[in-house]
Amino acid sequence: MMDGVMQQQVQGAGETREAVITVRGLRNQFGAQVVHDNLDLDVWRGEVLGIVGGSGTGKSVLLRTIVGLNRPAAGSIDVLGVDVLNASDADRQTVEQRWGVAFQDGALFSALTVLQNVMAPMREHLKMSHALMRALGELKISLVGLPPLACGKFPSELSGGMRKRAALARALAMDPEIVFLDEPTAGLDPIGAAAYDELIGELQRSLGLTVFMVTHDLDSLYAICDRIAVLAEKKVLIEGPIGEMTKVDHPWVQEYFTGPRARAAQEKGLGRG
Amino acid sequence: MQLTGESTFDWPMSAPSLTLEGSDSGAVLHLAGRFLTRSLGTVEKRFADLSGGTGPLRIDMSEVDVVDTGGAWLICDLMARLQAEGVAVELVGVKDAHRALIDTVRDAIPEEHGEEEAARGLVPWLERLGKGVVGAGKDTASILSFLGQTLAALAKGLVRPWTLRGASLVSQMDDAGFKAVPIVALMGFLIGVVLAFQGATQLQQFGAEVFVVELISISVLRELGILLTAIIVAGRSGSAFTASVGSMKVQEEIDAMRTLGLDPIEVLVLPRVLALLIMLPILGFIANMAGLFGGALMSWINLGVSPGMFITRLQENTDFWHLAVGMIKAPFFAVVIGVIACWQAFQVRGSSTSVGQRTTASVVQSIFLVIAIDALFSIFFAEMGI
Repeated sequence: MMDGVMQQQVQGAGETREAVITVRGLRNQFGAQVVHDNLDLDVWRGEVLGIVGGSGTGKSVLLRTIVGLNRPAAGSIDVLGVDVLNASDADRQTVEQRWGVAFQDGALFSALTVLQNVMAPMREHLKMSHALMRALGELKISLVGLPPLACGKFPSELSGGMRKRAALARALAMDPEIVFLDEPTAGLDPIGAAAYDELIGELQRSLGLTVFMVTHDLDSLYAICDRIAVLAEKKVLIEGPIGEMTKVDHPWVQEYFTGPRARAAQEKGLGRG
Repeated sequence: MQLTGESTFDWPMSAPSLTLEGSDSGAVLHLAGRFLTRSLGTVEKRFADLSGGTGPLRIDMSEVDVVDTGGAWLICDLMARLQAEGVAVELVGVKDAHRALIDTVRDAIPEEHGEEEAARGLVPWLERLGKGVVGAGKDTASILSFLGQTLAALAKGLVRPWTLRGASLVSQMDDAGFKAVPIVALMGFLIGVVLAFQGATQLQQFGAEVFVVELISISVLRELGILLTAIIVAGRSGSAFTASVGSMKVQEEIDAMRTLGLDPIEVLVLPRVLALLIMLPILGFIANMAGLFGGALMSWINLGVSPGMFITRLQENTDFWHLAVGMIKAPFFAVVIGVIACWQAFQVRGSSTSVGQRTTASVVQSIFLVIAIDALFSIFFAEMGI
């Protein structure tokens, strides 16, 4: 799925990594409150990046800024080789079709059925027959583990977990290269959350996705995240595999990754891995 | 195995392409390029036109650069279709990077369609008609039962007034009543002006200008004042009731109330219906007075009927019953508007779209019912001779 647009190759630890998202010097502020200041972040192709941080550290703001829902005060954001803040409308639209976003509570269009929700972006951007769109929509719905019966249902008729899956199906509608997930497992029961984690991991591997995930779920972090970026003090305080997190000398990071819940999740994650 | 039309395309490098090649050991379909969802439209028809021939078919994917779920679906669907026709199909030259995806997609293709297209024809039409009629019957029963519950709660509240929710009642009276005074008064005034103006032009032809007083007083007091007030209140407050209570329903606030042992009818419906019951007659009266004032003013300017003369004729020739007939209808209109608005709000299901639909339905139904009830009253009073 490489368009040859982005070839910013970075040598790291003896392997070739390609950055799909590059954030530099990002500054976000609302009034006098500065949320991000001089924030740098790279997301590599094919990885699952987990963004963690305490409440109010601007995890969701970072996600919204990258996908263009929030205009930063300063900084640059490159997604798939396109400078999204200064790109022309046409370039922006093209790059927007190459990512998918699943919002926290689904944000499905309530007037449309699940299938129509998934077909909505295809109708808008693709030239293909209705029958093919339908078939692809049904395929996406099946890929995220929803039964065919769910296609004709309205979002209000679905449970919270099913809504999240439907939102993921819509995010995957255009076969994006990057998927942004905001708190994908929040509000799910542990079994549902584990199943959802597994689904994301499986889709990530088989579809070759890059996943940018804002999460609080330690289980998710241990189960599927390749790398973790901790937001604190208005920037990315530390990034790396989860194993390195416990070695960081910062009170919040220490408490987060060595607390009782983290230990439990670690045991579970190791057991599963 | 045959390809209709051309068998080779010359697409730009990145576009997907397919070439069919016949050989002794069977046909080979060469796929090349990028099989991505966003470019599938270009080859979709070609794939659909491929149909099973005699010999086995090999699909060669060695020239395929990239494939995503859409492309994989197209290939899997072709294979499934040909296999169903009895053609042996084999996938060769699949790159390792693509194999997992193709397997995932093949496993995920749903066997049945989830959503049926809306059926056409006479029988489904009859079915929908029948469903509509049954639904309307059920709705009527439901509204009547809701009306009963509301009246029961109202009776309970009137017997034990200390159980009424005073703060909520006053706030609703302010919203639905007091804040509607300017618009209702303006409307009444303009109705009076229009009647005087229109009446004058007609009555002048007979030299009967002075009867404009009766024309204005009877039509405003008996019918127009209260009817138009009710229509304004239905549009203004009925819609607000449905939207606000309906949103509470979406947010599960009404369910929360039930679990806390609060009766939503008592907490939400009763203050609103009671507020309308108190305020609608008052608003109707204000509209009446404004109508008479507007009519008197216009009669004075246009016909030279002095205010003193207007009042004298009003007292002499306009029966008290004209005012009473109008005011008697007010509480009925109030209950209809309040109950329909709240009932519609309780029918909201799930989504915000539903709130919008129910609000529209609430306004349309209550205005219709207000006019229908007004017509019934007219017949009733005519029969009674008042």
